[in-house]
Amino acid sequence: MLDTNQKQLVIAVLAVSGLAILSIFIGVSDVTPQTLFSNSEDGRALQVLLISRIPRTLAILLAGASMAVAGMIMQILARNHFVEPSTAGTVESAGLGLLVVTVLAPETTVIGKMLVASIFALLGTFLFLRVLRMIPLRSVLVVPLVGIMLGGVIGAITTFFAYRLDLLQSLNAWLTGSFAGILSGRYELLWISLGLMIIAYIAADRFTVAGMGQDFTTNLGLNYNRVMTLGLIIVSMVTAVVVVTVGMIPFLGLIVPNVVRQMQGDNIRRTTPWVMVIGAGFVLFCDIIGRVIRYPYEILSG
Amino acid sequence: MIEIKDVSKSYDKTVVVDGVSLKIPAGGITSIIGPNGAGKSTLLALISRLLPMNSGQVLVDGLNVTTTPGDALARKLSILRQDNHIGSRLTVHDLVTFGRYPYSKGRPTIEDLKHVRMALQYLNLESMSGRFLDELSGGQRQRAFVAMVLCQDTDYVLLDEPLNNLDMKHAAAMMKLLRRTADELGKTVVLVLHDVNFASCYSDYIVAMKDGKIAYRGNPSEIIRPDIMRGIYDMDIAVQDVDGKRIAIYYA
Ligand SMILES: Nc1ncnc2c1ncn2[C@@H]1O[C@H](COP(=O)(O)OP(=O)(O)O)[C@@H](O)[C@H]1O
Ligand SMILES: [Mg+2]
Repeated sequence: MLDTNQKQLVIAVLAVSGLAILSIFIGVSDVTPQTLFSNSEDGRALQVLLISRIPRTLAILLAGASMAVAGMIMQILARNHFVEPSTAGTVESAGLGLLVVTVLAPETTVIGKMLVASIFALLGTFLFLRVLRMIPLRSVLVVPLVGIMLGGVIGAITTFFAYRLDLLQSLNAWLTGSFAGILSGRYELLWISLGLMIIAYIAADRFTVAGMGQDFTTNLGLNYNRVMTLGLIIVSMVTAVVVVTVGMIPFLGLIVPNVVRQMQGDNIRRTTPWVMVIGAGFVLFCDIIGRVIRYPYEILSG
Repeated sequence: MIEIKDVSKSYDKTVVVDGVSLKIPAGGITSIIGPNGAGKSTLLALISRLLPMNSGQVLVDGLNVTTTPGDALARKLSILRQDNHIGSRLTVHDLVTFGRYPYSKGRPTIEDLKHVRMALQYLNLESMSGRFLDELSGGQRQRAFVAMVLCQDTDYVLLDEPLNNLDMKHAAAMMKLLRRTADELGKTVVLVLHDVNFASCYSDYIVAMKDGKIAYRGNPSEIIRPDIMRGIYDMDIAVQDVDGKRIAIYYA
């Protein structure tokens, strides 16, 4: 039977599913269950649904859930609850990677671009963690400040070259989250983040152990650095995938894991489903609000 | 048996463990005593592969701790360090269950949960098993950590100042519990203790460290003596026999 926690989780999933259905039926074009089945307008409603609304909603769910999970893992890596990919240099590094590949090899496929962005994100985050190690007194707030500064430096370099190369507009698109342009064919890369979330869930206990610190981890027979590396890869790839497809959604990775932590603690096996559901629900909610408030225009989610 | 062979550890140019060789017999309680900064914690961390050593080697039942796979060693030897600021918000029950990780790899069986229940019971934590660690007092948290390590059910249990934060009642209960673990379950318990009287009353074997070296070793009646206490702590300490135990009087 389901325990209380699982029941609550099921309710949360249902609520987010409800929001998702709502999201599918909100928009400029008239898509309602009636128009959908009334076969008039030569199936236009169905087309809008398949090409735009469903992809958009899926993109939101995947990006929201995976960015929240990335934030949670980032907090374990840095042993600090005030960091997330956008305050650790990860996002800016991914942006730099995208710029580099766009300039040097514009013909690269989206997957290729995503991989280059991942590698840059990985290096940037690694640099952040190295810098953290060199700071002897790590007060809680110094850690995110270091990350923001590092991100600022990398961001400035990126902006400088983007400006010189007349690519500021593309850069802006990467670094500001928006689901408006999501059409089928432009979001599928986000399924990779689902794979990464599944890996994170499988390795959940390792992350919980690593969260207790290096000595506890070694005592329990796990290789601390290996767990850290796995976390680094997940965070970097999720960030790169999200930046390439929908652009950055800041602070999601900060807020959602901390809310869940207050309720559920730090047992990653227990919290991961919550972080995913609340992350997805939160972005979906913001997106719907953004679309409704200034209907028929939109406010960008980021 | 733990064999420590000519082990050294230095930070920059300061040698903190200086060519230590020592055999810790299997079974019973061995206590390491000595002044602050003598290198006790460092030695314990070297034995348990938490720190890399600069030279020498440590064998636990013949297994070299530097080369033996971590998960195999985690079923042989467990260690709790002196200061544990764990940032994680875990419940006592979850923490203790993670003591079974070397066996369960995160999927505790009924057998594993039996160990968890026993450890919670031994350390008197049943009533707070659902509480988060950050909602406990220092002493309660310390007991939860010890429960986790005991739950690991290893032949060798290394504890660095396990009586930290415990009141008299819980400190005595902890030492009795460790005595039982050694006597009834046949475990080898290695402790760092700063209260020589607990070492005197509960250990089979005492090792005294000073300046990174082993200064003295022997059973309690050989070590808890005014001349040797003076050699270790550089102060005059009277020793009296109370009910057949040697008690050092170091308050006056
Ligand atoms: N990470 C470190 N860097 C430099 N010196 C250290 C470090 N850890 C311990 N020391 C030094 O090593 C010596 C032994 O420390 P420790 O083993 O903790 O002593 P004890 O546990 O006997 O009080 C001390 O002088 C301490 O200052
Ligand atoms: Mg110490």
